[in-house]
Amino acid sequence: MSIRVENIAKRFGAFTALGDITLDFPKGELTALLGPSGCGKTTLLRIIAGLETADSGRILIEGRDATKKHVRERQVGFVFQHYALFRHMSVFENVAFGLRVKPRRERPPEAVIRKKVMALLDLVQLAWLADRAPAQLSGGQRQRIALARALAVEPQVLLLDEPFGALDAKVRKELRSWLRQLHDDLHITSIFVTHDQEEALELADRIVVVNQGRVEQVGSPKAVYEKPANAFVYGFLGSSNVLEGSVRNGMFHTDGGDFLVENATGVHPHATAYIRPHDLAIDRSANAKGIAAQVRRILAFGSVARVELSGITGENHFEVEIPERDLTDLDLSPGNTVHLVPKSLRVFPHGEAGSR
Amino acid sequence: MAGHSSRKVLPGFDLTLGVTVVYLSLIVLIPLCAVFIKTASLSLEQLWNTISAPRAVASYRLSFGTSLLAAAVNAVFGFILAWVLVRYSFPGKKQVDALIDLPFALPTAVAGIALTAIYAKNGWIGQHLEPLGIKIAFTPTGVLVALIFIGLPFVVRTVQPVLEDLDAEYEEAAASLGATRWQTVTRVVLPAVLPALTTGFALAFARGVGEYGSVIFIAGNMPLISEITPLIIITKLEQYDYAGATAIAAVMLVISFALLLIINLLQAWSARHGRRAT
Repeated sequence: MSIRVENIAKRFGAFTALGDITLDFPKGELTALLGPSGCGKTTLLRIIAGLETADSGRILIEGRDATKKHVRERQVGFVFQHYALFRHMSVFENVAFGLRVKPRRERPPEAVIRKKVMALLDLVQLAWLADRAPAQLSGGQRQRIALARALAVEPQVLLLDEPFGALDAKVRKELRSWLRQLHDDLHITSIFVTHDQEEALELADRIVVVNQGRVEQVGSPKAVYEKPANAFVYGFLGSSNVLEGSVRNGMFHTDGGDFLVENATGVHPHATAYIRPHDLAIDRSANAKGIAAQVRRILAFGSVARVELSGITGENHFEVEIPERDLTDLDLSPGNTVHLVPKSLRVFPHGEAGSR
Repeated sequence: MAGHSSRKVLPGFDLTLGVTVVYLSLIVLIPLCAVFIKTASLSLEQLWNTISAPRAVASYRLSFGTSLLAAAVNAVFGFILAWVLVRYSFPGKKQVDALIDLPFALPTAVAGIALTAIYAKNGWIGQHLEPLGIKIAFTPTGVLVALIFIGLPFVVRTVQPVLEDLDAEYEEAAASLGATRWQTVTRVVLPAVLPALTTGFALAFARGVGEYGSVIFIAGNMPLISEITPLIIITKLEQYDYAGATAIAAVMLVISFALLLIINLLQAWSARHGRRAT
């Protein structure tokens, strides 16, 4: 089912949680609401679910106005950050809950409930835990049970609030690909909230970047990562190196030299350039052109090595990622002076919305 | 190495258990034993005649009946009060919260006199009930009112922290799964607070059985009708019938102990039952 959020605004006292948000969530897609904590993404999710009411605006589910509908009637599956599994019920009863509370006329017979719950537990690969209490499960298992419980009522929409927020890194990674697989099998329109850009990039069909109650950018993971609309999005989607300078004739001018810019035209006397760590090259030759910097620390493990440097002029800090092989060739050690050459940089002139 | 092998991570078991046993013996067990020893000075026939006297039997019925009823009433309304205090914010909430404890702090005789004054035939509330044919002061109903009054804090104060602990998320989860408000309360909230509620019920009941001061004023103390067991004990003491007083006391103790034991067993059973698949 498609979801449309129209002119939604929400204030808590003097604090604007959401300011006039309009968004479309296409049918069958997995969308990430990505943003820093306190940006309003969870509030938006709760408004879509009907757990919170907006001050103004409308929620349309499959074209029909659901703004006034109670959460009970919206047919949304909501997975809570801390799972909210009923502690006094077994895993089986937790999943069966949504079926058991149906009005008598719609309630399936016991045998059907049993079959359906076991099928869902199979789906989340935890059928062997049916008789356990939630307290006896690990975090990852609880998350999957919470998902099975939400799916039991056959929701039109699945909403997940920081689904992996409370899990450790390894489990998080496993669950991530598992959830993507599940979504590909079920194709329920799903929205999840996260502050982890890696999670959003890896998992979602579409990413909505939210900041301070506003939508900064909407697009595919590739689009938001490669063509960030503004400095905020750029900074939020990955680590970046920052250079101050000016833009003229499609070139970015800074102390270390002039570099070709992909996205800026016109003349800007004050602009900030952003460079991803893997878009900086290290040049050790004495006559090299680039930003002079001194090596501070070298972190060489795995296939990609990280080099931390500080600028010779100014207080700049740089982070460079290069293949481990190249690092060996460069033969760097802390204290070396090198030149940094940007292979690609994006410039956001000052005064543009979202720039810092 | 023998000494090392028995070393526990949490030390002090022997000491604290020793303190517990000595303390309980001095404060609870020995005085209670004295009741039974004193009772034993009666012959079996005397004992039976004392404890099965019509006045005594009527008082057991009144004391235990009204205490159970009062505890039940408090369980219902105490739960609602605790709910309101935990879930909603309203002006004067702090004051209401403090009011709950007043029955604890008030000398029970004062409570008794105040209740009597209000519910007597010419009292504030009593005068309006009188034409309707409802009498509260000097009837068993009066006893019930007094016991409800003094038992209220027990339920509220045991349920309140558990409710505070129960995140609103659980209710939201139930609602998102299609549960009505009633289903949410009965299937999610109540099972979670049931152990605390039973504890509050048991405490309110125990307090009700032992209550003396507030009841004797409002009860009217008519033999066979509104005479509570503690009053019978006092009457016997005033007549220097110590053995008779302790005999009645022993009956109270045995019944109270049995009832509290049953409540505890019920609680343990419901905890086990709730966790299993139903």
